Amino acid sequence: MIEKTVAELSTSLAAGDISSVELTHAYLARIAAHNDVLNAFITVCEDSALEQAQAADEKRAAGDNSPLLGIPLAHKDIFCTNGVTTTCGSHMLSNFVAPYNATVVEKFNTAGAVMLGKTNMDEFAMGSSNETSYFGPVKNPWDTKRVPGGSSGGSAAAVAADLCAMATGTDTGGSIRQPAAFCGITGFKPSYGRVSRWGMIAFASSLDQAGTLCKSAEDAALMTNTMAGLDSRDSTSIDKPVEDYTATLNDPLEGLRIGIPKQHFAEGLSAEVEQAIRAALKEYEQLGATLKEVDLPNNHLSVSAYYVVAPAEASANLSRYDGVRYGYRCENPVDLEDMYKRTRSEGFGDEVKRRIMVGTYALSAGYYDAYYKKAQKIRRLIKNDFDEAFQEVDVIVGPTSPHTAFELGAKTDPVAMYLEDIYTIAVNLAGLPGISIPAGLAQGLPVGMHLVGSDFAEARVLNVAHQFQQATDWHRKKPASFSQEG
Amino acid sequence: MEWEPVIGLEVHASLSTKSKLFSGTTSEFGADPNTQANIFDLALPGTLPVFNAEALKMAVRFGLAIGAEIGKRSVFDRKNYFYPDLPKGYQVTQLDFPVVGKGSLKIFLQDGSERVIGVTRAHIEENAGKSLHEEFHGMSGIDLNRAGEPLLEIVSEPEIKNAEEAVAYLKKLHSIVRYLDISDAIMAQGSMRCDVNVSIRARGETELGTRTEIKNINSFRFVEKAINSEIQRQQELIEDGGRVVQETRRYDADKDITTSMRSKEVANDYRYFPEPDLLPVVIDDAYIESVRAELPELPDARKARFVQEYGLSEFDAAVLTSTREMAEYFETVADQSGAVQLAANWVSGDLQALLNKNNLEISESPIAADRLATLIARIEDNTISGKIAKTVFETMIEDLASVDDIIEKKGLKQVTDSGAIEKLVDEVIANNPDQVQQFREGKQQVLGFLVGQAMKLSQGKANPGQVNQLLQEKLK
Amino acid sequence: MAFDKSEVEKIAHLARLHINEAEADEVTKRITDILALIDQMQSVDTDAVEPLAHPLDVAQRLRADRVTETNHRDELQTLAPEAQDGLYLVPKVIE
Repeated sequence: MIEKTVAELSTSLAAGDISSVELTHAYLARIAAHNDVLNAFITVCEDSALEQAQAADEKRAAGDNSPLLGIPLAHKDIFCTNGVTTTCGSHMLSNFVAPYNATVVEKFNTAGAVMLGKTNMDEFAMGSSNETSYFGPVKNPWDTKRVPGGSSGGSAAAVAADLCAMATGTDTGGSIRQPAAFCGITGFKPSYGRVSRWGMIAFASSLDQAGTLCKSAEDAALMTNTMAGLDSRDSTSIDKPVEDYTATLNDPLEGLRIGIPKQHFAEGLSAEVEQAIRAALKEYEQLGATLKEVDLPNNHLSVSAYYVVAPAEASANLSRYDGVRYGYRCENPVDLEDMYKRTRSEGFGDEVKRRIMVGTYALSAGYYDAYYKKAQKIRRLIKNDFDEAFQEVDVIVGPTSPHTAFELGAKTDPVAMYLEDIYTIAVNLAGLPGISIPAGLAQGLPVGMHLVGSDFAEARVLNVAHQFQQATDWHRKKPASFSQEG
Repeated sequence: MEWEPVIGLEVHASLSTKSKLFSGTTSEFGADPNTQANIFDLALPGTLPVFNAEALKMAVRFGLAIGAEIGKRSVFDRKNYFYPDLPKGYQVTQLDFPVVGKGSLKIFLQDGSERVIGVTRAHIEENAGKSLHEEFHGMSGIDLNRAGEPLLEIVSEPEIKNAEEAVAYLKKLHSIVRYLDISDAIMAQGSMRCDVNVSIRARGETELGTRTEIKNINSFRFVEKAINSEIQRQQELIEDGGRVVQETRRYDADKDITTSMRSKEVANDYRYFPEPDLLPVVIDDAYIESVRAELPELPDARKARFVQEYGLSEFDAAVLTSTREMAEYFETVADQSGAVQLAANWVSGDLQALLNKNNLEISESPIAADRLATLIARIEDNTISGKIAKTVFETMIEDLASVDDIIEKKGLKQVTDSGAIEKLVDEVIANNPDQVQQFREGKQQVLGFLVGQAMKLSQGKANPGQVNQLLQEKLK
Repeated sequence: MAFDKSEVEKIAHLARLHINEAEADEVTKRITDILALIDQMQSVDTDAVEPLAHPLDVAQRLRADRVTETNHRDELQTLAPEAQDGLYLVPKVIE
């Protein structure tokens, strides 16, 4: 049962084949059995999960058949949860209990979903391997010597190993899509502004977007239906009606124009990944789509521009962690400056400090134009590249990551790590919707295919992903050591 | 060498919105510490700002009132620095695209002249909290009630020439924001604060000298004293061969000197950048016109009207329009009493003296405008004399009875009965034969003495006009 | 652009981070590498390009001026490292 998609579980719950309490027990048992190895959860909420499940079953009995009612999920530990610790993967917030729920959390609560716990992540979402977490690295269920990707690595591993039916994540430069690719699941980042950021701990405000980690594009549509929408508390949430993203999933792909960015099939892409993606593209041709090469001439500058914009915004966003009102404070500060400096140096890990330093430098007097302003201009060029490409094609398809999951500790050089996101980062700079879906295996490890749509073309992206999953079963593949159980 | 000071003012006025700039927390003065500090105000993780519509409207009102360009697209920026009273570690402000651009206002000086002072810009920003340094065994206490309160920072052009002009400018701003009802602008409570930039240069020089900034001056009087003391310091420094250092200074009122606030930060580097949690604020002509349509009559227009409509002198009109409350008070008194000049004299004379003596605002006046109007009406209709009116006025401060009741109760009604006045006059003529004699010999000024005697005899209640007339008739 | 140890010290102070002597070389090297990556931007001429600060080309929404929050001081101060008499306490602030 636990390996099923949300859509399937929803049907089973509605049919009375299983109760939410039973399902919740099953996932909790699964977490108890495997979390020690995977380290996917930072916090597990057994009691409150069972209470929510009980309440869901009662609602069900009373005739409520909402699609997510009683479905167990996990929240990335970046979403504030009232009464439950929210750490953001950091020592700084290891004791922080928010007295409020993030809008995303609130929406899942209202939908009747059951929160199993909070998932591990790179500290403040800064990382592509989940190795920067204060709570230790997460392991990839396909090979526990390998990373699950990051920063939503806990959510991705939890879904892949069936520790939950679905999970939330956030994506600032690829943090949903890359771990989804590494863990062989479906990871969807809607357009910037589609989902409220309220109560979601900020890394880079103009790039952060909440999204879904789940087992199919259909599940992503169901989750997005719940998560999306205007929030008066977030000035950057968009006032645009929310479509029913499930309504167009089955639209045929006849006549679909797929753009193949030549820059995403260039040097650095592993041959096996390329092979899998090319095969998937063939599949799309079978489904009636036409392929067309598109040019994203400034794509190669996206990582450079991103590593100015994101650290600059982060350097200010993380100034609030000062040991005054909440969170960690160092022992026995001798004076105010000592309190600030030791609190922040002891509370933040190396990668976070590094990015704060880079961002502070990029904004400092004399460098603003050369770095920050320059990056904003590159950002415009990158957005323009996409706008032009979408004149000619409906979606852009390529690999999510240049290769499959790498080994823990394999990348110690930050720059090498940053280049992991070479195919995903531009999408955040432009604010577009993107999804990673499983598209093959390379030496037993999942390969992710990346689909990008134009502004607010969520429905189209999900439709194109869903059609692939109707025609193939890559998204049904399970890591060997985590299948058969449950 | 003759020195010429160049002064610029940065004035912060707290906007009197109901809630804070970016959150729905109230911000009333004098609440218990941190009872007006909620999750956004405390910068808890994940909280986000949403801009208060009223703060925008108030800023636009101000811009229109000073004839300024209104920024149709204004942008919020983050100004980064660490301080315990700044919860986010940055202040949200407007750097390159303020909501109010260039404008100007007119000031009136003691010598009767007027000058136009340019306003460079005005922008919206957040207030910080407060650090309290007492009684916490060597620690400081932080109160964030004020944090996130909306401020309008109004920056003048550096073209103010002396302390008198600076105070006149500040008082004019104070008057305008209160006329507009956008700020309490109470300097003692910090709802209006002033930073002053001062430099001096040799007269005739076109380059500006090095300036110092005197921070957070909280009264009109201290602004004047701080400027004079700083000008003198700079002058003496330069004349002794020294150089002015660009720095922030503080005014010490007890010693009447400015002192350097040597901050640890060698040079502040605020790392401004556009606030990504907020989008550009866009307003159109229709919005601007709707705000303009709601503008009240402003001090300069009201002054002109007082001169024209009421026939007041420029001086009286200026005094009576210096605050909105004073102007409204005067208009009530003038309209209800029907005696404009008497109303002007009483409001700017006796009433003002009473308020000054008790350190009261006109809004706190113990004598309401309609009561003063009745009093003046009684002078006009000869029920009482102007002199008796002063007695009634004194009584009115404590006694809340109606003006007529007070006059009745105290028997202060003017005696106009001609029989009674004739008796008085006869008595005065009989008692003062010498003076009567002098008058008859042509010494006209003695008449005043005799009238005075009659008034005294009547305890001030006789109608002085009638006394005067009857005396003259009898002494012919 | 050259980035050296003195720069690290200055930036660390601005960001209120403590970088000790032992870490300084490593931090300098790492940041130098990152800046080299960033500097690839300089290869493109962007003189005529309008900066893009935000992916959304939308105007700020306005909030009606209403008080929606109530006092939760005591609950919120349970989160504080040190508070007394309703105030957050910090080492003495020297102005």
